[in-house]
Amino acid sequence: MGRYVVRRLLQMIPVFIGTTFLIFVMVYAVGDPVNAMFGERAPDPATAAQLREEFNLDKPIWQQYVLYMGNIFTGDFGNAFNGQPVTELMATAFPITIRLAVLAIVFEILVGITLGVLTGLRRGRPIDSGVLMLTLVVISVPTFVTGSLAQYVLGVKWGWISPAVSPAAPARELLLPALVLALVSLAYVTRLTRTSIAENARADYVRTAVAKGLSRRRVTVRHLLRNSLIPVVTFLGTDVGNLMAGALVTERIFNIHGVGFQLWQGIVRQNSPTVVGFVTVLVIVFLLANLLVDLLYAVLDPRIRYA
Amino acid sequence: MRAATRTTVIRRALAAAGAVALTATACASSSDGGGGGSADGVVRAFWTDPQHPVEPANTNEVQGGKVLDMISRGLKKYNPTTGAAENAVAESIESDDQQNFTVKLKKGWKFSDGTAVTAKSFVDAWNYGALVTNKQINSYFFQYIEGYQDVHPEKGKPTAKTLSGLKVKDARTFTVKLNQKFSLWPQTLGYSAYAPLPKSFFTDHSGWLEKPVGNGPYKVDSYTKGQSMKLSRNTHYAGDDKPRNKGVELKVYTDQNTGYTDLQAGNLDVVDELPAGQLKNAKRDLGGRYINQPAGIIQTISFPMYDKAWQSEKAIKVRRGISMAINRKQVSEKIYHGTREPATDLTSPVLKAAGGYQPGLCGDVCSYDPKQAKKLIEEGGGLPGGKITLTSNVDTGSHRQWMEAVCNSINRTLGRNSACTVNPVPTFSEFRSDITDRKMTGMFRTGWQMDYPLIQNFLQPIFYTDASSNDSGFSDPQVDKLMDKANSATDEKAAIGLFQQAEKRILDTLPAIPLWYQNGNAGYSSRVSDVKLNPFSVPVFTDIKVK
Repeated sequence: MGRYVVRRLLQMIPVFIGTTFLIFVMVYAVGDPVNAMFGERAPDPATAAQLREEFNLDKPIWQQYVLYMGNIFTGDFGNAFNGQPVTELMATAFPITIRLAVLAIVFEILVGITLGVLTGLRRGRPIDSGVLMLTLVVISVPTFVTGSLAQYVLGVKWGWISPAVSPAAPARELLLPALVLALVSLAYVTRLTRTSIAENARADYVRTAVAKGLSRRRVTVRHLLRNSLIPVVTFLGTDVGNLMAGALVTERIFNIHGVGFQLWQGIVRQNSPTVVGFVTVLVIVFLLANLLVDLLYAVLDPRIRYA
Repeated sequence: MRAATRTTVIRRALAAAGAVALTATACASSSDGGGGGSADGVVRAFWTDPQHPVEPANTNEVQGGKVLDMISRGLKKYNPTTGAAENAVAESIESDDQQNFTVKLKKGWKFSDGTAVTAKSFVDAWNYGALVTNKQINSYFFQYIEGYQDVHPEKGKPTAKTLSGLKVKDARTFTVKLNQKFSLWPQTLGYSAYAPLPKSFFTDHSGWLEKPVGNGPYKVDSYTKGQSMKLSRNTHYAGDDKPRNKGVELKVYTDQNTGYTDLQAGNLDVVDELPAGQLKNAKRDLGGRYINQPAGIIQTISFPMYDKAWQSEKAIKVRRGISMAINRKQVSEKIYHGTREPATDLTSPVLKAAGGYQPGLCGDVCSYDPKQAKKLIEEGGGLPGGKITLTSNVDTGSHRQWMEAVCNSINRTLGRNSACTVNPVPTFSEFRSDITDRKMTGMFRTGWQMDYPLIQNFLQPIFYTDASSNDSGFSDPQVDKLMDKANSATDEKAAIGLFQQAEKRILDTLPAIPLWYQNGNAGYSSRVSDVKLNPFSVPVFTDIKVK
């Protein structure tokens, strides 16, 4: 297992280099960010040249990339164009988004799996059809609609919550945004769990367990659920990355100053250091989440071994 | 045994997740209260993070400008209602020849850190702003001062560190020598790029950027980038527009819609950027607390005058025809819900007639007349190549909508569906690069937001030969001559008259079609009163009263 982990970590290096290079090229290829700094005005050539030199924009792109990566390995992600170090932006943005993502995943696990088990064991009953219908609705309505609607109704009409989350973004204020963020994935988790449970409910080992006289609870949780969780865990693993980046819409709606917001600002303002820096970290998060998922497989199903 | 270990793993994982969630909640409750209520008497206003560090010569967008407007005062300031330049720190700015000026400062002005505002505070600040190695985006504001070429050469290293045209005479007097005659120059000095700077700006620059210090009606108490800036009254303020509230809290929002929602929920007092989608409802939603007034911004469509196809005498007819084919009134009502005014000259209503705004100067050319339009375009030999494109970036400002409407209007006039097509450029910087590199072949969007309420600012930077924002590449010796003459005129009225003559000449050639004047829009809560926008469409914070 240890060797497997080491190999996987080594494999991450080329993936990491490849993805960051692609992002770097894409971000820097869409136009000259210095041009945009001058607004509607034609940039004054002398000042523009100085700025290009400061941000290394006067060098060929491969050289820019090498310089950039060199700095990253010393922990220097460069400065955003408003003069703030990107690491400082990360230090404020990531904790908030991680809090939001953790809450969202907790919602997905608790509500999604519970609903999935309930419906999977009661296939065809009213509760099953009801939940299926509901998940269909949730999946088909885009997040920004649910978000804006929840914000308007709960925030403006009824005044239960504040429509905008305060800068500190305490977990209490993040509950609703996290639910909104989790909703679509939650629906998928429910459906995945339901199918998986329904399939395994007829398996031999379940029949054996029941025949042994085990309690219904023990059969469901220890035997049925554990074996049914593999597809769900795979989904949740990839969803971690999605939640971190996909928080973009939710964060904008609820005024949460997290990763999604910083990324969006970076893109709108052609702030290349911000965009590349944040995406680089997201790539690492993504890779680690996938590794964790693969390792969890063995915990759930001992037949899966690592060599 | 195996099974037992595995359960422990899962349990541990769950415990860890729980712990994370708990810590998150715990942190939250301890740092509570920062977001919710605000101190009494403080105006809570919509803000987004400024694009650059807030410093006078490096701020060219509204959000940073808002702060500078509150924390600094230059030699002049623009009257929030009339737009006229009035003395602020200056006691007098005099000249005999429109080129050499003597500036005298009033007594008693201080920065919020208690140090005095002297002639040196201005001279040092201007020298800093002009020096190319300081990479200040607004450097070009100092281009009329003698010696600018030496501190800001187009290529290579500067040969001087300070502007030779600036000389400190005594603590409250300095002289300015310009490199050309410019009679309206004193009236440009209300722009925040000309603000004085305290010593601390030069001795501790990064510290100053963290917490800017100025001589304006407010001082910065705290600034957390990406979250908020809290300002309170500057007790040292010597101006007569002292704040009528206890302070201002600028709250950073991720999205205009959220700001608007927060205004409706009563968590915010002033929003000066209403989301385009809400303009239709804003008046009804907010009761009377909605502002829609001229803002010193004009939108135009320019032609690439550097392209052969657009240079001929006949092309002038085509351009006029295109202008007459655009139904400005309909677009500004249907798309902008009355927040744009069809343009009939090249300036803005905020200048008022006294400042050179002359409605109708454009004549018939700016009114919708499809029959005449078609005739003119045909007389001019039709559109070059049979069709035309309209180019703009589409990442911000809902440009696509009006572009399509304008093209439709042209197509209907000509009775051909493909005569005008929209050419969307994905990003603003790409669009700007194309313009700067002179790559345009058809019409493209141009807009101008004034730096100061002067007719000179609406014409010279855009239409003077090789001027800094002459995107169309327009050049007419006669126009240049008229502007030079206007700048050396001894009295203001004569200068404005000459600028209007130049404007008329530009409109005859029509390198740019006036589309509409843009209004400033704002909404406010019932907690505050006396909210208005200045000619730059920035709220006049000092006047706002909190109930």
